[in-house]
Amino acid sequence: MPLAESWQTAEIPGPKKASLIIKPDIADAIIRRAKRPIMIVGYGAVEYEVEGIKLIECLIELANKGKIPVVVTASTAREFLNRGFSPAALMPAVDIGNRLTDPAWKGLDGKESYDLAIFVGLPYSMEWTILSGLKHFAPSLKTMTLDCVYQPNASWSFPNSTIKDWAANLKGIVENLGD
Amino acid sequence: MVELKRDSINVKIKELNSDIAHFRDLSITIGAITKETWVEPMGPTPYPSLTTLRSWDLKLLERYKPFYLPFCDLCCMCTYGKCDLTGNKLGACGISMAAQQSRTVLLAACIGASTHTAHARDLLTHLIERYGGDHPINVGELNVDIEAPLTRLVCGIKPVKLGDFEEVLDYCERQLTQLLSVTHTGQEGNNLDFESKVFHAGMIDHVGMEVADIAQISALGFPKSDPEASLVDLGLGTVDIKKPVILVIGHNVPPAIEIIDYLKTRDLMSEAEVTGICCTALDMTRYSAKAKIIGPISWQLRYVRSGVPDVIVIDEQCVRADILQEAQHIHAPLIATSGKNCCGLPDRTHDVPDEIVADFVSGKITGALILDPVKVGEVAVRTALAIAPKREKHKLLPTHDELIKLAKKCTDCVLCRRACPNDLPISYAVKAAAQGNMSGLDELYDDCVGCGRCESACPQKIPVHSIIVAAAEKKTRDERYRIRTGRGAIQDIEIRKVGGPLVLGEIPGIVAFVGCANFPKGSREVAEMCMEFAKRRYIVCTSGCSAISAGMYRNEEGKTAYEMYPGSFEAGGIVNVGSCVSNAHISGAAIKIASIFARRPLRGNYEEIADYVYNRVGAVGVAWGAMSQKAASIAAGFWRLGIPVVVGPHGTKYRRMLLGRSDKEQDWYVYDARTGEKVYGGPVPEHLFFAAETKEEAMVMIAKLTMRPNDTSKGRAIKLTNYIDLHKRLIGGMPHDVHLLVRKRADIPLTMKEDIEKILKEMEWTEHEIPDPTLLSRMIRKSKEA
Ligand code: SF4
Ligand code: SF4
Ligand code: SF4
Repeated sequence: MPLAESWQTAEIPGPKKASLIIKPDIADAIIRRAKRPIMIVGYGAVEYEVEGIKLIECLIELANKGKIPVVVTASTAREFLNRGFSPAALMPAVDIGNRLTDPAWKGLDGKESYDLAIFVGLPYSMEWTILSGLKHFAPSLKTMTLDCVYQPNASWSFPNSTIKDWAANLKGIVENLGD
Repeated sequence: MVELKRDSINVKIKELNSDIAHFRDLSITIGAITKETWVEPMGPTPYPSLTTLRSWDLKLLERYKPFYLPFCDLCCMCTYGKCDLTGNKLGACGISMAAQQSRTVLLAACIGASTHTAHARDLLTHLIERYGGDHPINVGELNVDIEAPLTRLVCGIKPVKLGDFEEVLDYCERQLTQLLSVTHTGQEGNNLDFESKVFHAGMIDHVGMEVADIAQISALGFPKSDPEASLVDLGLGTVDIKKPVILVIGHNVPPAIEIIDYLKTRDLMSEAEVTGICCTALDMTRYSAKAKIIGPISWQLRYVRSGVPDVIVIDEQCVRADILQEAQHIHAPLIATSGKNCCGLPDRTHDVPDEIVADFVSGKITGALILDPVKVGEVAVRTALAIAPKREKHKLLPTHDELIKLAKKCTDCVLCRRACPNDLPISYAVKAAAQGNMSGLDELYDDCVGCGRCESACPQKIPVHSIIVAAAEKKTRDERYRIRTGRGAIQDIEIRKVGGPLVLGEIPGIVAFVGCANFPKGSREVAEMCMEFAKRRYIVCTSGCSAISAGMYRNEEGKTAYEMYPGSFEAGGIVNVGSCVSNAHISGAAIKIASIFARRPLRGNYEEIADYVYNRVGAVGVAWGAMSQKAASIAAGFWRLGIPVVVGPHGTKYRRMLLGRSDKEQDWYVYDARTGEKVYGGPVPEHLFFAAETKEEAMVMIAKLTMRPNDTSKGRAIKLTNYIDLHKRLIGGMPHDVHLLVRKRADIPLTMKEDIEKILKEMEWTEHEIPDPTLLSRMIRKSKEA
């Protein structure tokens, strides 16, 4: 059984910790169950390459298949646009985090609040603190991270994984969503 | 009115009619008669208490609500706890998570403000002992009339001599005691009231910093508002290692001054090197251009382990807690000089220098506490001269072969990386080093903040930081830069020149790079940001470790930011004001714009001045490596003045952001002072406290945050040009919020007309008026009813 240990050893939050995504089906089920998911992609997503495929390409496929609007932070947008994918919004990570804590916020399209926020690619401690903000101040929102490190403040997170295992998991999620 | 003061009785008589005479504004101090020379009438809020400015704070906090980012789910501040505050759980004392986070911020701000104020107190006491309480205040000769804008604004007094600052610090200390007491269990329970007190702590912090810097500028002959302050040496590579070397670390400069004086009076300046890290280094170069700055606080371990320093002298703040052990490893005696940081050392203050020096040289002691700066000067110099030949620069960095041997012990457990605040890929680099390839370690050097956590974490006891520094030895030798030393305050005449263009928006803004060196990607980013904004004709200010870091990068021509740009407070200037306490000159400059350029009354008139700065002066603070509690209080002092602060990604650990919501139109109404109408002023500045994920995001946000509701169309067009241009270049494409920032067609930059018009059409944009903006109803010149 993989350990639910914070990647940054000292960044231990408290009693409420993320459930582990031990296989892709779990993430897949969470995404399918969500009525209004949103994905927040940080700059780290541009830097990772998973077995010859850029992480960003995997995320675009995931967003397309799952019909998930994507908010890109920092200077991540260009990489999406270059691949012909238009993000739903360009917004700093703290701004989207802040909006997600507002129960009156009806989302980027003004229709309805989100019920699942999927995070990937923010600097570890920044993602950690933003997920903490959501854990405490967005009670109706579930959060998931697709990073290869354990984020204890999410509702669901992968354990700390090798790039190889992580790649297999991500591919699994994308493939299952296509079913 | 009779006031009892520290060591005198002061009688102030506002107006007295008697049979024999008529007195106005007479102030009598027993022992001396002081004449009130400041004709400006007292404003509404001299010496504000905890609640005097609360309504102003709440106005800001209504717009910029805290977005909480708890760094721990628990509270362990009393023995009722630990309490789990997750979600909507309350602690045993009834406190909520929101209030607990703001309470923690208040605690940090109190620590920061107390640190500066206590520093100011020690410095002032020392300088008064040395130069007398009547020593005149002089921050800029005839070029500066408003010598202490924060003191005048907050306290309502005009200091003339060093002794006048005693009552200012009395006030700061009283407020800090009150503020700290608020964090006790069972005091404040409302998060926004905690936040208002955070702002109060920040304001006090800036007053304390102002006192400290003005006192040292006045008494120690530092540059006095001098745009041409000397260029001095910066970097490890500037040190002549053949000479005895003294290292000073910290913030309180008197011991370093005495070291320099001892060398100067004995004509020994060319015989030894005086080097420094952090703000003491900056301040001693304000005293002598021959002193050398090694780097920001993150250079402590690497410089000490290089073995170059023969004697290490520490004072206060930002000194590593393990400095004694580090000094012992390289056989360098350590002299502690502050009661705030005694390092467990024996107190040798009252011993004769001969004995202390002999004990150091014989190795009988490895460290001593000496609380007399003059004695420190003598002991440090004599010890360095005597011990240098014996030490032979004993270093703690491995040789090439030793490094490979150490690297071979690595088991690839990645615990080092998991301890590294910058998540650096250490184990890859160590594995490569085991094969003799040092390039990975060499690359890590640039991003490493020198915390040493990797070493503490390594189960194989590999001195990870040391091997990084050893692998980058060539780089360290090449660290040879020039930095313009701290010039101190901004001249009144400079304010007069830039006030108009700044308030009208034609100079796009003031960007101040302040704070610590906890950078996510090394010093280079600060230098690059400084140069970019100077190139774009912003006024760039620097201070503290950021001022040092800004100078640690050379462009293609081999020049540093300080060699490329002038040191004057003008468009395209890079103005190093000085050390941490010199930050007060940056907030002071914003205040002086309101006072000198706009002629707003200054004396005890905080709210009106802050309202002016907030609505009109496009200033932004950037603490890219914000780490310390002092950074928290410095930021808070800017917030209360309505000046936004941008921090790096680590800044989310400050427990909360203060973010505006540009999508909520109702949040952005201001009074139009001409009519009293409440009108839409637009979402500017959008945030008060914002953490950026990358340098690129920070730069775009900085450009955006300089916008103010008062900008003229010409000014807004210039600010929009910078914002959009940076956005296109660094983020990609047009920003999505252009329609919120254009108020009238005349705001649209000509060169971007087509693109912007397209967006405006899509967003069904309509024009709105540019108000004469204020958040204060009392500033309305003509009330609606009238
Ligand atoms: S201060 Fe309050 S929340 Fe904190 S431990 Fe004590 S009772 Fe619990
Ligand atoms: S010393 Fe450098 S490499 Fe080591 S943990 Fe600190 S930042 Fe990371
Ligand atoms: S902690 Fe030590 S043993 Fe483990 S990977 Fe890092 S250097 Fe190697």
